[in-house]
Amino acid sequence: MAASTDMLEREATLQGLGTSRLRKEDARFIRGKGTYIDDIKLPGMLFGAMVRSPYAHARIKSINKDKALAVPGVVAVLVADDLKPVKLDWMPTLGSDVQAVLADEKVCFQLQEVAMVIATDRYAASDGADMVEVDYEELPVLVDPHKAMDADAPIIREDIADKDEVGHGKRTHPNHIFTWEAGDKDATDSVFANAEVTVKEEILNPRVHPCPMETCGCVASFDKVTGQLTVYITSQAPHLVRTVVAMLSGIPESKIRIIGGDIGGGFGNKVPIYPGYVVAIVASIVTGVPIKWIESRIDNISTTGFARDYHGIGELAADKDGRIKALRFTALADHGAFNSHVSATKLPAGLFSICTGSYDIPTAYCRVDAVYTNKAPGGVAYRCSLRVTEAVYLIERMMDVLAQKLSIDKAEIRRRNFVNADKFPYSTSLGWTLDSGDYHTALEKVLQAVDYEGLRKEQAEKRAKGELMGIGLCTFTEIVGAGPTKVCDILGIGLFDSCDIRVNPTGSAIARLGTMSQGQGHATTYAQIIATELGLSSEEIQIEEGDTDKAPYGAGTWGSRSTPVAGAAAAMAARKIRAKAQAIAAHLLEVGEGDLEWEIDRFNVKGNPAQSKTMKEIALAAHTGDLPDGMEQGLDATEYYDPPNMTFPFGAYVCVVDIDRFTGETKVRRFYALDDCGTRINPMIIEGQIHGGLTEAFAVAFGQAIPFDENGNHLGNSLMDYFLPTAVETPHWETDHTVTPSPHHPIGAKGVAESPHVGGIPCFSNAVVDAFAHLGVTHMDMPHTAFRVWQQCKALGINTR
Amino acid sequence: MAKKQTVSFTLNGTQVDVVVEPRELLIHSLREKLQHTGPHIGCETSHCGACTVDIDGMSVKSCTVLTVQCQDAEVLTIEGFEQGGELHALQEGFTQEHGLQCGYCTPGMITRAYRLLKENPSPSEEEIRYWMAGNLCRCTGYQNIVKAVQYAANKLSSASA
Ligand code: FES
Ligand code: FES
Repeated sequence: MAASTDMLEREATLQGLGTSRLRKEDARFIRGKGTYIDDIKLPGMLFGAMVRSPYAHARIKSINKDKALAVPGVVAVLVADDLKPVKLDWMPTLGSDVQAVLADEKVCFQLQEVAMVIATDRYAASDGADMVEVDYEELPVLVDPHKAMDADAPIIREDIADKDEVGHGKRTHPNHIFTWEAGDKDATDSVFANAEVTVKEEILNPRVHPCPMETCGCVASFDKVTGQLTVYITSQAPHLVRTVVAMLSGIPESKIRIIGGDIGGGFGNKVPIYPGYVVAIVASIVTGVPIKWIESRIDNISTTGFARDYHGIGELAADKDGRIKALRFTALADHGAFNSHVSATKLPAGLFSICTGSYDIPTAYCRVDAVYTNKAPGGVAYRCSLRVTEAVYLIERMMDVLAQKLSIDKAEIRRRNFVNADKFPYSTSLGWTLDSGDYHTALEKVLQAVDYEGLRKEQAEKRAKGELMGIGLCTFTEIVGAGPTKVCDILGIGLFDSCDIRVNPTGSAIARLGTMSQGQGHATTYAQIIATELGLSSEEIQIEEGDTDKAPYGAGTWGSRSTPVAGAAAAMAARKIRAKAQAIAAHLLEVGEGDLEWEIDRFNVKGNPAQSKTMKEIALAAHTGDLPDGMEQGLDATEYYDPPNMTFPFGAYVCVVDIDRFTGETKVRRFYALDDCGTRINPMIIEGQIHGGLTEAFAVAFGQAIPFDENGNHLGNSLMDYFLPTAVETPHWETDHTVTPSPHHPIGAKGVAESPHVGGIPCFSNAVVDAFAHLGVTHMDMPHTAFRVWQQCKALGINTR
Repeated sequence: MAKKQTVSFTLNGTQVDVVVEPRELLIHSLREKLQHTGPHIGCETSHCGACTVDIDGMSVKSCTVLTVQCQDAEVLTIEGFEQGGELHALQEGFTQEHGLQCGYCTPGMITRAYRLLKENPSPSEEEIRYWMAGNLCRCTGYQNIVKAVQYAANKLSSASA
């Protein structure tokens, strides 16, 4: 039946799934009325300033608080010994390790937290912090992860030196954290031994930082009378914070309230629990007044939430036609001084085993060895699911390396190895089941859009003239939406998520979810999902998250899990409501439930659409006595959604660069990104996420890195040194899409925010290396700064006229 | 501790007095003493632009100016943009063109773009990108911020035409 104008109008009123609805959250942000952490001000609140270690590895001989306590305005100085009576001197990490809240006897990385000065305002607190006298005895420093397991390496973690494991299997050295592997090593080795062609490359994902515009912070407020602890916090996962705080402090979880508020970007930085939060909580318990702690930018880049630092080796075995027979990837992971890596318990290397990518690779083996060094602890997943960027970077770089070795075009080598669309669901040789995909279609669409053949011709002409032009391809598969509780838990808590919907008598609704927006626009998009499911206008559906007293339990927003997990919970909770509504409608219309059909915002009697009940009418009826026998009043539902599988968004990207061989400067001439995130909830927001993710990919590929000298000193931790692209450097982005719905997700959505970061980084690197491919270059490590690219030109002798 | 002083200036059209130590930065006076939390702190080292305000007709990073320097100044912050219940064209543009995500950079962006459009009412894309380069955004990739500024430029020029 053709949709009538009336139906189209009703549909449009919903502003549901698939519409570019403007964002609900903007109204406060454009007026400067957001409530970010540093905007919270409670009566009597004091400020905490951190005293940090100037050394990367040193013993603390003594700490003298006297001069600090004499500073006007200083109220207290807390050190590790002050935390011991409340047993909060050490805390569990999300990586199954423990971490010193304040350094206990020794410091293990530069700028490690040593003491917190509590004072009446931030100026007095920082004056006080300057006056805390700490006497250090320097120790030998371990910076290079490759030397971490040497026999004579300095032992970083004396506290666990005699432990033969820290949560993830046997350790073989005091600086060893874990070794994790997947796949069939023997079978892989034997394919390599007999392969027609093999390629091997050392590939680094340098240490970087997500660096959201807002740093981390909290306001902790403990009420001595009621025993209630309220913590306003920059957390992407408020419920997990509540559980950890309960485990740590012994305060009943029911008396702890964690409030997320507005968050000024997260990108992974705001998942872990940091010492600053814990000390602020203790300080509030001790002083009985609220305590605010706000991280400085330098502390942010130096101490909380670094990402990557994966030193990889990629190997592929193939036949002469470039068909891959086996993959062997290994990585040495530098986790710094404490393993506060955010990882599911059973997945210490995250989802690294997605490294077979979009390709049909029959045999594979991967392995990660993680070690301690004298660097800040971590790491986090920087706009990606855990270790997915590292995995995708390796496979997408190696595809190019193999293509070059065999002189096969870089698009063609991908075509030859893609998992065919008719093979889904497809089980990878490393144990994942890719739910859906159509890689050939995506690639061909992109190649056509950019005139790939034409670009290659132009490149050949430029090369003949000695000019450098690079064409980068990336055809990635992401893995997001952690995740099925049988494989994914953190500290024993499954990574399900939740939604609680209450429909009011007048047909408006409020929904609360276990996730936490940091700019993704959840208040807008979740309402769209529910609007379509319930036939109520998204304008009348209020979304709340981040307050643990209100929202049902969930694992938060990271790893692009909001749409795959909480978005599914929203749809399922709405369906429970719709099922009840159907029973009410049948009762009111005096027909059987089976005689009704759903149409946009109402139930119609089949064959007689004039007889109908709208959702609004049903909402009112649900709050009366006129209900089917035995039915309770109300129109509410809660869903705890345990996803049956991860989701696997994919994309095909092309990047064209021109490189000045005399200066090493790279100009991104064109970037074309096709993403397939399944069902599209809000195209405007999707496009915004892709722009942002590509820009963060650009940042990583062309400038971000956190370097150290041999003493473990940071060499670039302010925004002067650490590269955040401005509007001037940032390229123009072209976006496109295909839609391959996830078969197991209630609305077919897959998640999108991370794809452009994960897929963008290798695409940029592939473009830069491709510019040098005709000169025999197979790999260049990031970041591709002008200086480093110029060094490559110099090494090739092409930098002079 | 140095002696405190009273500083008087105009904040979004209203006369205000604030008592500060000479070392106090304007961003802290605005946010902590004058309840104007629209301008944000992203670095305190004058790199990010989140704290941008307009002082006497110039964009200023308010983490880089002392409050005592503001005696008798005219200060405009994001809180001063909406007039009589009507959004400024830039505020509207940022929403219409999806020029913000987390919103943390937005007050600084809008305030900076305001100064740009005062100096150059119809900037090219290149000029917008250049003018906005002192304001960092981690979320949007700037493309929609450019569009938001263009939206406002069009709206303002058609209003004045
Ligand atoms: S806070 Fe002033 S420029 Fe960053
Ligand atoms: S919108 Fe988040 S920093 Fe710009």
